[in-house]
Amino acid sequence: MRPLAAEVDRDHRFPAEAIKAAAESGLMGVLIPREYGGAGMDALAFAICIEELAQACAATAVIVDVHTSVGTEPILLFGDEDQKRKWLPQLASGQLLGAFALTEPASGSDAAALKMTARRNGSGYVLNGTKVFITNIGRAGLYVVFARTGPDEKAAGITAFLVPADADGVRIGQVFGKMGLNGSPTGELVLEDVNIPESHRLGREGHGFTIAMRALDSGRIGISGQALGIAQAAIDEARTLMRERGHENSKGDVDVLDRLAGQGDDFSLADMATRVESARLLAYRAAWLCSQGKPFTREASMSKLHCTDTAMQVALDALQIAGHEGAVAGSPFERHVRDAKALQIYEGSNQVQRIVIARELLKAG
Amino acid sequence: MDFEFTAEQVAIRDTIRELVQDRVAPRAAEIDQTGEYPKDIETLFAENGILGVPFPEEYGGISGSSVTICMGIEEIAKACASSSLILAVQALGSYPILVAGSEEQKKRLCPPLASGEKIAAYALSEPGSGSDAAAMKTRAKKYGHEYVLNGTKQFITHGSVAGTLVVFAETQPGSDHRGISAFVLEREASPWTVAKLEHKLGIRGSPTAQIVLEDVKVPAANRLGDEGAGFKIALAVLDRSRPGIGAQALGIAEGAFDYALNYVKERQQFGQAIATFQGIQFMLADIATQIEAARHLVYRAATKVDAKAADLTKVAAMAKLFASDMAMRVTTDCVQLLGGYGYISDYPVERMMRDAKITQIYEGTNQIQRVVIARALLR
Repeated sequence: MRPLAAEVDRDHRFPAEAIKAAAESGLMGVLIPREYGGAGMDALAFAICIEELAQACAATAVIVDVHTSVGTEPILLFGDEDQKRKWLPQLASGQLLGAFALTEPASGSDAAALKMTARRNGSGYVLNGTKVFITNIGRAGLYVVFARTGPDEKAAGITAFLVPADADGVRIGQVFGKMGLNGSPTGELVLEDVNIPESHRLGREGHGFTIAMRALDSGRIGISGQALGIAQAAIDEARTLMRERGHENSKGDVDVLDRLAGQGDDFSLADMATRVESARLLAYRAAWLCSQGKPFTREASMSKLHCTDTAMQVALDALQIAGHEGAVAGSPFERHVRDAKALQIYEGSNQVQRIVIARELLKAG
Repeated sequence: MDFEFTAEQVAIRDTIRELVQDRVAPRAAEIDQTGEYPKDIETLFAENGILGVPFPEEYGGISGSSVTICMGIEEIAKACASSSLILAVQALGSYPILVAGSEEQKKRLCPPLASGEKIAAYALSEPGSGSDAAAMKTRAKKYGHEYVLNGTKQFITHGSVAGTLVVFAETQPGSDHRGISAFVLEREASPWTVAKLEHKLGIRGSPTAQIVLEDVKVPAANRLGDEGAGFKIALAVLDRSRPGIGAQALGIAEGAFDYALNYVKERQQFGQAIATFQGIQFMLADIATQIEAARHLVYRAATKVDAKAADLTKVAAMAKLFASDMAMRVTTDCVQLLGGYGYISDYPVERMMRDAKITQIYEGTNQIQRVVIARALLR
């Protein structure tokens, strides 16, 4: 995947061969139990997988991450046995790519205000509306879609549906040009009179918002892994560059007395590594809590906030160490900066993470 | 100390502001997307006397004041960082002549630059010498009344579009920075080769060239100052141009903030404008405070350049360091204020964030600014 990263970014190309390789290695079904064709591993293993992928290519990592967490987990956690048997093996094998469609043009952080409708029609539903900023747009075979079934204008009126990409009335709207993550398509999902059978409804009517929030809780562990991968790649490249520039003496040891005059970059590198190490521990702890079945909402938000802020800062600091050559297109340094910024925004902006953390801290009891 | 702009400076700024809003702002996204040098903007600036801002009247210009240059760069950068370099690098490439040129050289070389007939560029960096400028390998060998230059210059802003190029080269190989001299290359008489143009993270409409000099002949009359004075000239120029990079960073940050401020007032979530949320308000307050602090430091430094103050080196470095770090933080936060919309190319703030990064790197990386400041403090 690593050799593809620069090209995928430059050409805004979906890394199909990287995703195929991920599928062949079982990476598309990390969280799916073995009985449904997956690897049956836990959230910690998943975070580590995404971290490793993101070290090579952040776009590939987000495609796999969205597929695995918010694209698949809702079925895993809230699907009935028939739904699991029907969809999970296809998702686990990578035959089907998953996606998650919650955000709308007028409802981003305020997800409960979404307007997409799902009207009862005999035994099924008819969906209408537009979703925006959908990762894996156009490539996904199955979208987890949130729409309004009830008269309640808030969260209680929202229901989750599984919408196959080939259903009549499913259309891809604008695919956005972005600052980074160019290999991962992001765009609009337009549903026009899409008929969805009741068997494609996930959970009860009105249960959709709870499903979305639970999916995002563990989604944040995946994004944390992605942030760690980008940050680690930036550090590794900065370290290689510093060594090449002679920040190491002939014996391979670093003599502190030789380093006093060049401390500026040394201190920057030390800060970067320390930040990433602390972020990693926070992420692994959130993942471990999730794996143990313990409450992890607060920790997942803290992890997403801290890991993505760290990735942004570390990517900028690494580019600063690289200097001019790091700002040239095709350099991994400038790519990491462009990629990292998305992470502070998606799967709950870092402002939303702070809201979640504060709410958890201020809860009674 | 406070800085008061003169009526003349305000008039120049207002003219530039109006022109930029009418003619440059609508082009900014396209300039970034195509990555092409906006020749039309260069012509616009030339026709309206903007390229004359870096020059005093006696050399065909309209100002020559660093404060006025900074005001112009700031205004342009609010809309388009690539276009702001047309003025900033005109100043950078002309400073060596204005700082170290003889009266004859100034009278001969400046008017075509002030009128915008020619574009200037400044060639110091080399593939093997960035921050360590004194390690340059370009050679200038004297034969009678001319020098012959050989070498490669790296990351030369406008090196491909310039008609006048100031080049620093070793006239005494083997000696340290005291063997460097400065030359003015006029393209018709001393043509250079553009080996490649870089694709970059930001300022994509501003061509960054690698320049190859192969037996390029330069008349001795185009040497600036004495042989061996080049390094001193290079540093003196950077002292004077750094407030301009600060002003560019300031303009980029202001452009992003203007956009984000309007956006948060319009964008509704949870039934109200997101600007009513304290989390957003605190970000706005921090951004505005940082911009204000940077603005004062930039114009204080520019005032010191105009006054030839004893501590201008230190304050110019501080202005460049602080304003560019500020611009990086502020533009990153402005993308955040727009959320997903901030990240896509239909909105201008992601371009501004990409443009901001280079201000921390060029005309002396911010690490070099810290070295300069620390050296001034410890002298």
